[in-house]
Amino acid sequence: MDLLRSQTSQKILIFGLFSGAFILFTGAVGMIAAFHEREVVDRFISLGQLLLLMAPFVTAYYVSRQLSDFDEGKAPLLISGVIIGLMTALPSIILLLFNADEYRFLLDICLRVIPFVAASLVAWRMHRAGAETQTALGIWLMIAFLVGIVTFSFALIFEIKGDLRTVLVNIDRDWVEVVTFDNRNDLMRGIGTLGLVSMAAGLAGSLLYLMPAVPRRALVYGLSVTVLVGAFGETVRLVLQENLDRDTLREIFRRDTLRQNAALALFVISTAAGFLWAMYGSQARARFGDMKTSQRRTVNIIGLVLFVIFMLMLPWLIGRTLSDVAVTIGIFVLMGLGLNIAIGLAGLLDLGYLTNYAVGAYILAVLTSIGPLGLFKGTFTFWMVIPLALLAAMFAGFIFAVPVLRMRGDYLAIATLGFGEIIGKLAISDWLKPLIGGAQGVQAIPKPIFLGAELKNPEQLYYIVLVASLVTLFVSIRLNNSRTGRQWMAIREDEDVATAMGIDTARAKLLAFTLSAATGGVAGAIFAAKVGTVFPNSFTVFISINVLSLIIVGGIASNPGIVVGAIVLIGMPELLREFSDFRFLMYGALLILMMIKRPQGLIPSKIVTHEIRTGVKPALAAAE
Amino acid sequence: MALLEVNDIHTYYGNIHALKGVSFEVDTGEIIALIGSNGAGKTTTLRTISGLMEPREGAVYYEDEDISNTRADLLVSKGISMVPEGRGVFAKLTVEENLDMGAYIRRDSGIKDDLAGAFELFPRLEERKKQVAGTLSGGEQQMLAIARALMSKPRLLLLDEPSMGLAPVLVDGVFDTIQRIANEGVTILLVEQNAHMALQIADRGYVLQSGEVAISDTAANLQQNETVQKTYLGID
Ligand SMILES: Nc1ncnc2c1ncn2[C@@H]1O[C@H](COP(=O)(O)OP(=O)(O)OP(=O)(O)O)[C@@H](O)[C@H]1O
Ligand SMILES: [Mg+2]
Repeated sequence: MDLLRSQTSQKILIFGLFSGAFILFTGAVGMIAAFHEREVVDRFISLGQLLLLMAPFVTAYYVSRQLSDFDEGKAPLLISGVIIGLMTALPSIILLLFNADEYRFLLDICLRVIPFVAASLVAWRMHRAGAETQTALGIWLMIAFLVGIVTFSFALIFEIKGDLRTVLVNIDRDWVEVVTFDNRNDLMRGIGTLGLVSMAAGLAGSLLYLMPAVPRRALVYGLSVTVLVGAFGETVRLVLQENLDRDTLREIFRRDTLRQNAALALFVISTAAGFLWAMYGSQARARFGDMKTSQRRTVNIIGLVLFVIFMLMLPWLIGRTLSDVAVTIGIFVLMGLGLNIAIGLAGLLDLGYLTNYAVGAYILAVLTSIGPLGLFKGTFTFWMVIPLALLAAMFAGFIFAVPVLRMRGDYLAIATLGFGEIIGKLAISDWLKPLIGGAQGVQAIPKPIFLGAELKNPEQLYYIVLVASLVTLFVSIRLNNSRTGRQWMAIREDEDVATAMGIDTARAKLLAFTLSAATGGVAGAIFAAKVGTVFPNSFTVFISINVLSLIIVGGIASNPGIVVGAIVLIGMPELLREFSDFRFLMYGALLILMMIKRPQGLIPSKIVTHEIRTGVKPALAAAE
Repeated sequence: MALLEVNDIHTYYGNIHALKGVSFEVDTGEIIALIGSNGAGKTTTLRTISGLMEPREGAVYYEDEDISNTRADLLVSKGISMVPEGRGVFAKLTVEENLDMGAYIRRDSGIKDDLAGAFELFPRLEERKKQVAGTLSGGEQQMLAIARALMSKPRLLLLDEPSMGLAPVLVDGVFDTIQRIANEGVTILLVEQNAHMALQIADRGYVLQSGEVAISDTAANLQQNETVQKTYLGID
């Protein structure tokens, strides 16, 4: 009992249960079975099974790290890993038992016993804590009754329906197949495998923690690379396809899955690379730090040149499908950089960014379309309209900013959200139908033509996005280091004090909204040209929310962060299309996890790091 | 000639009548103390002068120009600088960045020298120039707020309760500093709860009561005034 009470054991149990619940939940929503469809390594492990292993592995690692604060030695850590593995498998094992006809009666018994056990536990604890016998009895009755209602009705449902599947639709044969590691026919063997594998994964997690730092980092690196390449096999294959001949490709992949030998080779190579980096990486960084400024500058320039060359060659390297994804990412990078001017630099929470995007798209559509709604039927080209789309979006940004200049924080967010909705409704309205086609939208938007060649493929459109993003990046870096940037910084920190510094806050805010809108317009125009048609359906509040999320996940006010944020939040879902429904579940889970574990974003900017580390918010200091 | 003339101003928060006809004058080179109990309207007076609020009636003249309806940011370039109640430093920025911000309206080349001057006045801040302002102690934040206000090279400095929340030892230091700033030729309008200290360094003082000026006199006379002694100096 003492052991159970101790903080360590409680931690192990709680985290074990948590990981078990995670596995049960992902199974019950059908995620595990869906993930099973994608094999990570051919005939070896699927993504679904990997999920089953990752849960105890990661949890055990994490718990070991926490437990090592208590300094309990090695053996308890390893045991904790095993226990966590067991706890992870346990809920699924119980469900497996209940799911099999022979053991259904167990479920019945459990459902009937649970209320009494629960009631007795609580009553007993209360009694020990000093409650009167009568009170304890009363409590016992009450809890037994309440819990009883729930479990008995469950029992009733199962009796009538006679099947778990009617309640938990996703606990089906596919699920059983995954969690038993293909031992559907021999349940006991399946359960044993699940338990053992899970415990082994937990043990491995603890072991990993106990390793010395260098091999540990190498191993983590090797494992992650292999798993990522395997999980995104389809994507990787598309990339390699552009650069390797068919036979070599066949050596590496069987259809879209990594072959075992290739996976092994990849693991060895990436672990070795990770090892080298772990051994010598810090030295290299130290040497870079010791360099003279001029030398450091050279290194930076070389890096930049290599990066630019890489970006220029990207469409050739990745092929058409992925270029398409890259263009979408680029469009969102553009919007992210733009919105960041309002949110990151000036601290204005603008949830109506979609307005600018829609304005840009419709301006391009109406002015260049050669369809019935086109105003000029081809007189205006893409290149002529891009500046117009930019100006129109800036104008829209300006107009919408005027009424909300005096609003702050939450109120501003709600007001701008409202504007976004208005634009969505306007686009679909009858009133504007003669101009922009209502629900049918505007069609037949020609592709841009550059030096006589039609830029019709994503590989070519990519360059437009690239150039636009680079220009925006340049402008926003310059802005951030300018007097205007300092105005925004002051407003973001404290509007009242900013006024006291002599800053015209209204003007600075107007400027932020207007400039921020500009790239939204360009992004919208590029989007319209890429798709060729513009529908109101493309302009939902989710655009605004996506852009906001990618800024937050990447790192507010951090330009590299925004690019990474767009790749993670926009690119990844595109690549995971086959998991259609679960994409958003994962998206949501990622957002929550990020906000808890890394609120400063993936690549945080300096100032946000300050805030997180010191825990100081401007509001707090002002209130002092 | 008065540098600042407040002429019968009425200021409202919605329909709350906070200032009911306040008038006073500040001459160049003076230290003027504005004292009064909580809610008397001292902060409101400063906010009205500095342009954060507009008087509904009456007017504020600065160098004989009516500034009642001039925006706060423009007044900073005219030479009026305020240290708001509760300091209001930019908590996430470093000490140095805060001071830079103070010089925001300036485009001249003397900013570096003035930064050095500020550090001379507050050596504590120089030691901490890379520290994030939010992590400074309360007293240090107050120093920073004053130093930052000075960075705009004001001719009139409005101080709202600079001694608030400071240990008695530090209070002495702050008033010392204010005296030194005044000696450099900056005119000072000082709002204080700590009437005792304020009247010691001030030339003249005004007592504000429920949005009106109740007493006005030289600082020395105010210290002898019976009502003032009773109500604001705690002398029976
Ligand atoms: N934002 C506001 N909205 C409504 N009433 C306000 C507001 N700010 C101040 N008041 C009211 O105006 C009157 C004067 O307030 P003010 O802040 O000027 O007092 P003060 O003399 O500075 O007091 P203290 O010494 O406590 O700082 C008070 O009655 C106060 O309640
Ligand atoms: Mg006050």
